[in-house]
Amino acid sequence: MTEPRKFRYIGRHRRAVEHRRFVVGKGRYAADIQLQGLLHVAIVASPHAHAKIISIDTAAALAMPGVHAVLTGEELNVNTEAMLPGVDAPQVKRYPLAHGVARYSGEWVVAIVAESRALAEDAAELVEVEYEPLPHIVDPEQALQADAPLVHAANGSNVIFQRVFNWGEVDAHFAAAPHKLSYRARWARSSTVPIETFAVSAWSNDATGILDVWASIQMPKFPDQLARALRMPGNAVRVHFDVDVGGSYGVKRGLKHAVLVGYLARKTGRPVRFIEDRLENMRGGDMQGPDRIFDVTLAFDGRGIIRSMRMRAVDDVGAYAGRSPLQLGKPVGAIIGPYRIASVQYEAISVMTNKTPQEAVRGFGQAPTNYAIETGIDKVARYLNMDRIELRLRNLIGKDEFPYLIPSGTTYDSGDYATVLGKALDAAPLAEIEKERDALRARGQLAGIGISTCLEPSGGNSAFEPLFNPKNQTTTWMDSCLIRIDLNESITALMGTSTSGQAHETLVSTVVGEVLDREPDSIRVLHADSLNALPSNSPVGSRMAIMLGGAAAGAAKKLRAKLMRIAAHNLGLPESELVYQDGNIAAKTEPAKRLTWGQLVEIAHRKIHQMPKGDEPGLQEKFVLEVPTGGKLPTADGRVQMYPCHSFETHLVLASLDPQTCKVTVHRYVCGHDCGVMISPDVVHGMTYGGIAHGLGAALMEKFAFSDDGQLLSGTFMDYLLPSSMEVPSISIVDHCTPSPLTEFGQKGSGEAGYLGGPAAIASAINDALAPVGASIDALPMTPYALWHALARAEKNSS
Amino acid sequence: MSKIKLTSIAIKVNGVVREAQVEPRTTLVDFLRDTLFLTGTHIGCEHGVCGACSVLVDGDPVRSCCMFAVQADGLSVTTVEGLAPERGKLSAIQDAFCEKHAMQCGYCTPGMLIACHALVERNPHPDEAAIREAISGNLCRCTGYQQIVDAVKHATGAKSGAHD
Repeated sequence: MTEPRKFRYIGRHRRAVEHRRFVVGKGRYAADIQLQGLLHVAIVASPHAHAKIISIDTAAALAMPGVHAVLTGEELNVNTEAMLPGVDAPQVKRYPLAHGVARYSGEWVVAIVAESRALAEDAAELVEVEYEPLPHIVDPEQALQADAPLVHAANGSNVIFQRVFNWGEVDAHFAAAPHKLSYRARWARSSTVPIETFAVSAWSNDATGILDVWASIQMPKFPDQLARALRMPGNAVRVHFDVDVGGSYGVKRGLKHAVLVGYLARKTGRPVRFIEDRLENMRGGDMQGPDRIFDVTLAFDGRGIIRSMRMRAVDDVGAYAGRSPLQLGKPVGAIIGPYRIASVQYEAISVMTNKTPQEAVRGFGQAPTNYAIETGIDKVARYLNMDRIELRLRNLIGKDEFPYLIPSGTTYDSGDYATVLGKALDAAPLAEIEKERDALRARGQLAGIGISTCLEPSGGNSAFEPLFNPKNQTTTWMDSCLIRIDLNESITALMGTSTSGQAHETLVSTVVGEVLDREPDSIRVLHADSLNALPSNSPVGSRMAIMLGGAAAGAAKKLRAKLMRIAAHNLGLPESELVYQDGNIAAKTEPAKRLTWGQLVEIAHRKIHQMPKGDEPGLQEKFVLEVPTGGKLPTADGRVQMYPCHSFETHLVLASLDPQTCKVTVHRYVCGHDCGVMISPDVVHGMTYGGIAHGLGAALMEKFAFSDDGQLLSGTFMDYLLPSSMEVPSISIVDHCTPSPLTEFGQKGSGEAGYLGGPAAIASAINDALAPVGASIDALPMTPYALWHALARAEKNSS
Repeated sequence: MSKIKLTSIAIKVNGVVREAQVEPRTTLVDFLRDTLFLTGTHIGCEHGVCGACSVLVDGDPVRSCCMFAVQADGLSVTTVEGLAPERGKLSAIQDAFCEKHAMQCGYCTPGMLIACHALVERNPHPDEAAIREAISGNLCRCTGYQQIVDAVKHATGAKSGAHD
């Protein structure tokens, strides 16, 4: 496929189906679910980074009128299964409530259930917990030392995962390279921090044995894991996916929340709800993001051609781990970025500390890795005194080189990186931005231009599971769709996961409308519950345009094929002589000889005597889509096809900092973006704008800071700073389309767009601004305080 | 613990006077959501930063998480449910939010709409700086604000940005 196909509905502006309910206040979020007799949960959390729990006195709380239950880990942990990490570390056991030892400040210790949240909080104040503080560890590098206090003594080490991968002739390439350059890049602990905190309600029906759950989740295999943890059959836990989720971008996993609330609902026989308050979300919600130290060495020649890379990444996952160590695994699938780097040594180390646990964040670890790579590309340019754009152009994989096999075993599907970069530079245009930079410098500002060229792997497979855990042989990460056409001629599609802002109803209705040639706004899209859903792995890994879009197209194509069979049978003509338009089917040469959509539907629903032999009555089809290129286990040396499709983005940023206050202003922002065919351009642009804003936060503002005592210092929006409309600049997006040869319409993923290259470009601009005064900074977030230090260091060095 | 004394209040909500007995510690947002079941108003931070809980109190945008229900006694409150001119219709701002894809997850949207309605009430033809200023107390993690700004421009007849 070289040229994008022409479409009737795909790629056009249309209003998202979901918006109508949101603008009138009729969204249905987990906290909006009304249940009769609802009880509410409040939490008592550990104030210590690491402490032995000596005793818990719950008597006064239990005695309070309106309190229904007070739960500790002692009861909960013997009655539920531990939530295990994604890597092979069975001794790192995690339960919703601490038992015996609390391993981070904010960890849940006691849960109180009462008639109202206010009463539950009143009762929480009456719980007395006696602690004996234990030695704690908050620095990830110190946690690697042999004498470091152990977060989980039974694990014998704070390291939960470590492996060195060697892909290609790393030593030979390094030996032959005339230049080597080493650097350290630091990605700080930030997260997506959705405005909706995590909410979950559960109700256990003793008569049916079903536990109904409404939760603000975005989590693969959530119902299965919840049932397992609660020791219930899979068909006894019904998770309702028809709740609107108020943002997630990866983090809304909430398994521990749901295990706790599910257990309490079964214990009390009443519906139970827990909604995190903001501090609970920030401190004890277990939703902080990657926290990494990269040590990188690049080997290159005098022309700037980079031959090889050694990268060591230490990621601080906090006190417990779910899938967080796997966030060092996903970047294996794009470990050389968009560049022709021939060999790579990659050491991935996940280490535990006495901090809030890490969860999946937009890009699943790719944004930090992209930042680390891009930092090096700029450094090589500076070292060789070469233009950063020219250096990139020399190393970017050419558009005729696809499919391109990278050293770690993934094949990139398609791309035209140099063209996208060129389009962004032209749109800026670069010369004008350079003029603006010079004008800012002339006014005494430290101004710089930033550039990044990065990949967004998409199509969300889970190949990092077997890569990082040999006991896990997952090779599929399917998604699916069921479509029905009813007797009244309407189309309804059913998807098997919840949505957290990605407009999946619009995605599915557009795709189904395209295939069946019917107006998308007439197509209803519903979210199933877990007991009537086909398998889904939720909207993670930039996968839904590819996977849900592909499954919806697959089911729609089956229906279209069935309609064609019905028409051929009834018109007495072979299908090759029929034409399908708007759902009606007519003879090519004799248009009057036709069956309308309504007639075809009626035959299928009422007239089995007119149906072709072998076809079932009715019109309903399902499609379960396997990830393109999936199905293979990693090789012994850790090569694997990670994700199928690879979107590309380039960012061009003009930023300045005031030398007195170190306040950063972003003046211009251009993003060149290629995610193949866009099914809903407004949705893609929206996610890209949002990803850029999120990236700006990670680059300049956001940090979960901890004191040496292991206390979270930024647990509110007064100190964990989110970008507002005043910090996020006006952004220009320049689209380009290189279709993927692997997908139904040529689409690639875009849910992580903007965030994957934004921080790198902003950091690049800051360093370009600092370079004239001999300063530099390779740690995020580049806050005014951090920048002031960088300037002070440079001043000291020069004097 | 002694039983908390309830206080009688009467608040005009979306044009209708609602009378209730509330604990003095009940916030306005909890009253709207839990007593009146007006769940369109959302809770994001409960410390007055994110703006998700914004409502109009006597026409001014106010954070309903930082106000007690008893403080609204006798006042007029408009929530997102009360912004449309009539059932089945949308205000110009609501319509523009749909047209310009000014939301994704929809969670900050009610607060954003309140802020934008208050802006347009004061300033029917705001420029971009005024729009950004008006929504600067409302945090959004999905949109990067761009399409929200575009929507307000669209609704007020100003020229929009990229991707028109």
